[in-house]
Order: sequence, then structure tokens, then C-alpha cells
Amino acid sequence: MSEPLQELGEHIKQATAGAVIAANVRLGELMLDTTPDKLIALLTFLRDDPRCLFKQLVDVCGVDWPEREKRFDVVYNLLSLKNNQRIRIKVATDETTPVPSAAPLFSSAGWFERETYDLYGVWFADHPDLRRILTDYGFEGHPLRKDFPLTGFVEVRWDDLQKRVVYEPVKLTQEFRRFDFLSPWEGAPLVLPGDEKADEKAKS
Amino acid sequence: MSDVEIKTLTMNFGPQHPAAHGVLRLVVEMDGEIVERCDPHIGLLHRGTEKLIEYKSYLQAVPYFDRLDYVSPMNQEHAYALAVEKLLGITVPERGQYIRVLFSEITRILNHLLNVTTFAMDTGALTPPLWGFEQRELLMEYYEGVSGSRMHAAYFRPGGVHQDLPDGMLDSMDAWIKQFYPFMKDIEKLLNDNRIFRQRTVDIGVVNPQQALDWGFSGPMIRASGLPWDLRKSQPYDVYERMDFDIPVGKTGDCFARYLVRIEEMYQSARIMEQCITALRTMTGPVRVDDRKISPPRRGEMKGSMEALIHHFKLYTEGYKVPAGETYTAVEAPKGEFGVYLVSDGTNKPYRCKIRAPGFPHLAALDMMTRGHQLADMSANIGSLDIVFGEIDR
Repeated sequence: MSEPLQELGEHIKQATAGAVIAANVRLGELMLDTTPDKLIALLTFLRDDPRCLFKQLVDVCGVDWPEREKRFDVVYNLLSLKNNQRIRIKVATDETTPVPSAAPLFSSAGWFERETYDLYGVWFADHPDLRRILTDYGFEGHPLRKDFPLTGFVEVRWDDLQKRVVYEPVKLTQEFRRFDFLSPWEGAPLVLPGDEKADEKAKS
Repeated sequence: MSDVEIKTLTMNFGPQHPAAHGVLRLVVEMDGEIVERCDPHIGLLHRGTEKLIEYKSYLQAVPYFDRLDYVSPMNQEHAYALAVEKLLGITVPERGQYIRVLFSEITRILNHLLNVTTFAMDTGALTPPLWGFEQRELLMEYYEGVSGSRMHAAYFRPGGVHQDLPDGMLDSMDAWIKQFYPFMKDIEKLLNDNRIFRQRTVDIGVVNPQQALDWGFSGPMIRASGLPWDLRKSQPYDVYERMDFDIPVGKTGDCFARYLVRIEEMYQSARIMEQCITALRTMTGPVRVDDRKISPPRRGEMKGSMEALIHHFKLYTEGYKVPAGETYTAVEAPKGEFGVYLVSDGTNKPYRCKIRAPGFPHLAALDMMTRGHQLADMSANIGSLDIVFGEIDR
């Protein structure tokens, strides 16, 4: 299962001359890492190369890793109907580095990139219409970033006196609680008392 | 008269409009009765599902998937369950897989019944939804039978399904299928040769195969455009590869072709249901993995066993840890390819769960489909897209 994928990864790596930083196959899925400046060349190659023919851009989304220097991953999922094959491309970027828009190559990228911009604040260069899409009109911030609180900053209600919807800072009657259920014990290697002696004996 | 400047009219459509199938707001630029441009404004039903899932354990995230596309809940649970199972590296027992396929197809019929009949209502027919909803009601009884809930079932869990089928359900399903074929014939008699329905749908919103690929179409939308593509056949999951069914493909790519594809898919789903029922009658065994670190023990077991009690407590507080990794897993939901891009960092909560809803790219293509059509054709187009805002806005 993963042999042909590995080969395909090598083929793309060689043919695109440095556009692919790394090609990995995990869980039977092929992943390519690239940089923003090489992205368009890589996507064009993947779409048009006779061995790839990834004609469909299935999904674009962001992932936030705040501890990294380039905190965002922009993830492109492509599908080839002809070869019945999926591929995933990841581009690392930060708040200021723009990623070139894939909208000229795939029309479906338009809305997906709008969504990524809306939720993460990743800037897509040369996007035909980079507006917010899912959040409210006049919304501030990018809600799927890890440093954006789950409760948000504003809440809305209908004000009967003013006869309109008003925005107010979030008031919680109870402080937001996030329980840490992670067990500190699990994951430690299970060593039965006395077992370590058996190893020592075997060594000596 | 020639120097009269014609200004386009900007019109607001929705967000509360019966033909908008939810809370869709369209800003339409019109030249007389002709649509020049339409700009869908979405997000009015945005509930931050993806953000919420990041704060929940893997099991607690399941019910959110029911509430995305609320007319095909189980298919979406299916995608999520498959993604988690892939990361965990577990395989569901055979009986569980058959039950999942059976209920996926019930869900497909539920979804298509709603879409086809309300689509007919958008174009002026009132009888189909009244008839179709009666059948939907009967199917939802099976939902209720297995999960206790008519819609938001939370029935497919990572590792299998929550409970086995109750006694007698398979017989009742058999009886339902027998009366479903004549019912479908009735619906077809109402619509297929109906003059008004044809006038409203034939050659409206034509999408050619090239456009369908470019705009990321999937499901009935891409099949109506003449591309034989179905994930149940091409990338089969669970026991779909053992099922004998056909994939209907449209020729014209217009609204009528999309309607016909959905009608035929319902017949095929009923066929798959029959095969699952036959297989389930003779099959015994567990319906979910027998791993106490992933699936909770039975209630009866907990009454007597301390260990079972501890497992139950740990599973419903801490949950299970999923090995670090990432996967994009997609299923053929009734509306198209429903994908879950799941990133795990090795804890008990998903690090990132991106939900790829099929309706999202379909709605993005509405502008392309509607340009140059009349305003009334827009509601036919929206009806044929099969959009539900729960999944688009997330």
C-alpha cells in the first residue's frame, strides 16, 4: 500500500526541483511539506503531471501551533479521480507571511481560503475576494487560533429598549472551567518489581 | 432610448426565505430578471463546532457531528469514527460494520427524501414533501429504536456502534423496504414527467465535468455532471466492498439530472439495506471493539466487576488517548464527500478537527451556476445543490 505512495512522493520531489521539503507516508496517506514561494509551482505540477493529475482541491484548512516560530500550517488536501489517490500538502507560515492564493488554479480554493483567513488570520496573496466568511459582520479576531478563548470576547442580545441587537463583553456567571482529566500515571512503562533484576542478570 | 443607462439592481435574498433551505443570505445583482452576480453570505449558523471539539474528549465530540448536517447525522459520525479508528489503529467487528453500513444507507434515504421533495416544493409542487416526510418519519423510528433519539443519534462511536439492534427491527425494516419501492414509483410518477417540474429544472444550472472538478464537487453533484465517482466504490470503507450496488451517473449536469441521480440512489440504498439485513440475520458477535480502554463495559458487567466500573469511570471522564498523528478520512455522505481532517497530539482531546462539508464548495459554485439565469431559477439551483446550513456554517 505505501510502496507506490513512496514512489509517487519521490517522483514529485525530483520533478519539482526543491519545491518539496519532505515527503512522508503515514497511515497510508502521502504528505508533502513545501514553502509559500514554491506552493503554486507545486500545485500546478500536481494538477497537470500525468502521473499525479490531482484535479480536485478537496479542502484547505489551517492548523495553529503557537509554540512554533512559524505558527500556522496551511493544509491542502487534493484528490485525483483518475488515479484514485489523495495527497496532502502543508505550508508553514506566520501571521505576516502571505501564502499565494490557489484560487487561479482551483476555483474551490476561493472559499476555503476565505475560511482559513477568517478563522486563523493567514493572509493569502492575490486572492480575488479575501473577506471574512463564517464569522459575524464586523467580527474582530481569528477564533480558531489557540490563544482565542472558547467563550470569545463579545456576546449579543436583543435590547428591547433600543430595539436592536447589542454587543457586550462576555459575562460569565461561572468562571470558564477546563478540567484536566489527563491521567499522570498512564503511559509509564509497566515494570513489575523484581523484573529489572532479570535484565541485569542477562547482561552480566 | 439607446443612451439610457441601465443600472443593475442589488437585491437581498434571505436570510429567512423558504427557498433558502436554512439561513442563507444572498446579495444578488440583477439586470431586470436576469442574475448578473450572486454573493452568498454564510455563517449565520456558525456555532464554532471545530473550536468546541478541541475542548472535548474524543467521545464527547461525537454528538457535534449529528448537529452539522442535521438531515444526515449518522454519515458524519461515520467519518469521524473512521478517522479516530484510523489513528487508534483498531478495526470494528464485522457485525458493527454491517450495522454502520445499514444505517448509513438509511441516512442516505432520509437525506435524499428530504432534498428531492423540498426541491420539488421549491419549484412549486406541494404533494411530494407531504408524502416524503411520512416515509422519513418511519425511518426515524429506526433511529429512535437503536439510539433513543430520532435525529441526533450519537450512535456510531469510534470502535463500532453503541448498541446492538433491538429484537424485531430487521423484520420491520424488511417490511418498510417492501412498501418503499412502490412509494418511490409514486414519487417518480408525480415528478418525472411533470411539465412544470421539467420546465423549472431541465437545462437549468448546467455544470460540465470540468467545472465540477474545478469547483470541488462531490457526491450526487459530480455524478450528475457525468463523472462516475463514488467513495463507496473507489475508496470503500467498512463493508461497502461486499455490497452489490450501482452508481447512477447523470448525462446533462443540470438540475433535473441531479434530481434523477438522487432518485436512483434511493433505490440503490434500499438494495444495500436489503443485503445488510440478510447478512445481519445470520451474523452474531460484538458490535464494537472488545477493548476496555476504548469502548465502555456493559451496564450489567459494571454491577459486578470493580474493574469494569473503573474502566467506565475513566472512559467517561478522561476518555482515551489517541496516538499522535494526523489523517484525512472521508466518507460518501448523501451530499457528497464529507471529510474529517483530524490532528492528534497524543492526548485525550483532538488538537485540530477540520470538518470538510460537501455543501461548502457546492454553495461556493452557486454564483457560477446562476449567472445569466432568471431569479426563479436560482431557487431551483439552490434546491438542487442540497445544502444544509448546519454543515456549511459549522
